[in-house]
Amino acid sequence: MTVPAIEADALGKRFGRRADWALRDCSFRLPAGRVCAVVGPNGAGKSTLLAITAGLLAPTEGRATVLGTDPATARPRVGFVDQTKPLYPQLSVAETLRMGADLNPGHWDADTAERIVAGGDLDPGRRIRALSGGQRTRVALALALGKRPELLLLDEPMADLDPLARHELMGVLMGQAAARGTTIVMSSHVVAELEDSCDHLLLIGGGRVRLAGEIDDLLAAHTRVSAPAETDLAAHEVVESRTTGRQLSALLRPAGPLPGDWRTGTPSLEELVLSYLRNPGASAPAPAPDTTETAA
Amino acid sequence: MVDYRIDRHSGMATYVQIVHQTKQALRLGLLAPGDKLPTAREVVEATAVNPNTVLKAYRELEREGLVEARRGLGTFVRRSLGAAPADSPLRAELEEWASRARGAGLEREDVAALFTAVLETHYPAGPAPPPPAPAPTHPTAPPKTPQGDPS
Repeated sequence: MTVPAIEADALGKRFGRRADWALRDCSFRLPAGRVCAVVGPNGAGKSTLLAITAGLLAPTEGRATVLGTDPATARPRVGFVDQTKPLYPQLSVAETLRMGADLNPGHWDADTAERIVAGGDLDPGRRIRALSGGQRTRVALALALGKRPELLLLDEPMADLDPLARHELMGVLMGQAAARGTTIVMSSHVVAELEDSCDHLLLIGGGRVRLAGEIDDLLAAHTRVSAPAETDLAAHEVVESRTTGRQLSALLRPAGPLPGDWRTGTPSLEELVLSYLRNPGASAPAPAPDTTETAA
Repeated sequence: MVDYRIDRHSGMATYVQIVHQTKQALRLGLLAPGDKLPTAREVVEATAVNPNTVLKAYRELEREGLVEARRGLGTFVRRSLGAAPADSPLRAELEEWASRARGAGLEREDVAALFTAVLETHYPAGPAPPPPAPAPTHPTAPPKTPQGDPS
């Protein structure tokens, strides 16, 4: 079996002794080759988690293992695009790519990097400081992908891209995943934007992992239910329930077969995520024994 | 070649959409036995869907015997949809009939109209009956050209 891309063991981080925990008790395992969505509200701890994984931030407690080693050692094999897309403002686009080639001797993929930049009609002579936010994202992604990383960590990569560029660059990312088996982890608070591209979910809320696993498995484990009000749902694991007039609507994890007179349906990823976020008390399903290869 | 279009709001799983669109292409003759399906990479670059979704669709098509994966080469169409394989005796007879029709001076549209008329007689419950055609001699859009067009 291959080494998981990321293994987090009770990770915790707080910025200062008296500060609140930005991340607490965070444990999960991401198999290699997945495209993982890191989802959660603002301030949930997504960026902190990505920075720890990238080896840029030391956890206060717990341990992160990246590509089978510690995050700092793994760094040459990891690409990271920070939310703020830090680049050298005084360099031109072409100089930035040359820097990428110099910093990654022997494994720089000039074709991919140039293709990404060319897709945006960017003048290679333009200075970074003169670029728009979306154009800088493009250059930052070119730099990260040119590195031929085994693991690509992207913090809010699509936030300042127009819909066309978003679709194109998401296509480029998926192409890398298909061609090289690159593991991709990307955070966003817009779930709909990730639904088709990701196959793994890490839902973070209040600094903790709320839900983690293969998206198909998570959706299959939950059911949307409509039943008459006063129906007793106690036998099942209820994530959220609401009564409107005579009708009860709920999202639950069935503990067994459901009565035939309930109307049921499979939730969308967005419904699932929102239900968990609205209900901080809802418990996460027990992690599946080992979902590296789900029986096909 | 197929060009997959993913509709996120169709309520149909993405991999099912790919399976359906491939079958449609097989029915319409856009894909024929021996043709190569686009690689997973080509599909995901164009659609931005997850590679595993494409592979799942291809596995499903393979399970149904429609395509086969050849290691290192790609995924190829094994058989067409629509019951008549390209080299069946039925096709040979039709070829012969078509060349006789041509010899008799029939135009392409005439042949198509004739064929469609016979088709209607033998397969009355066609998919969505066509609207009454006002100009039978010059159909602007030829009604479903018969498969295996000899030209």
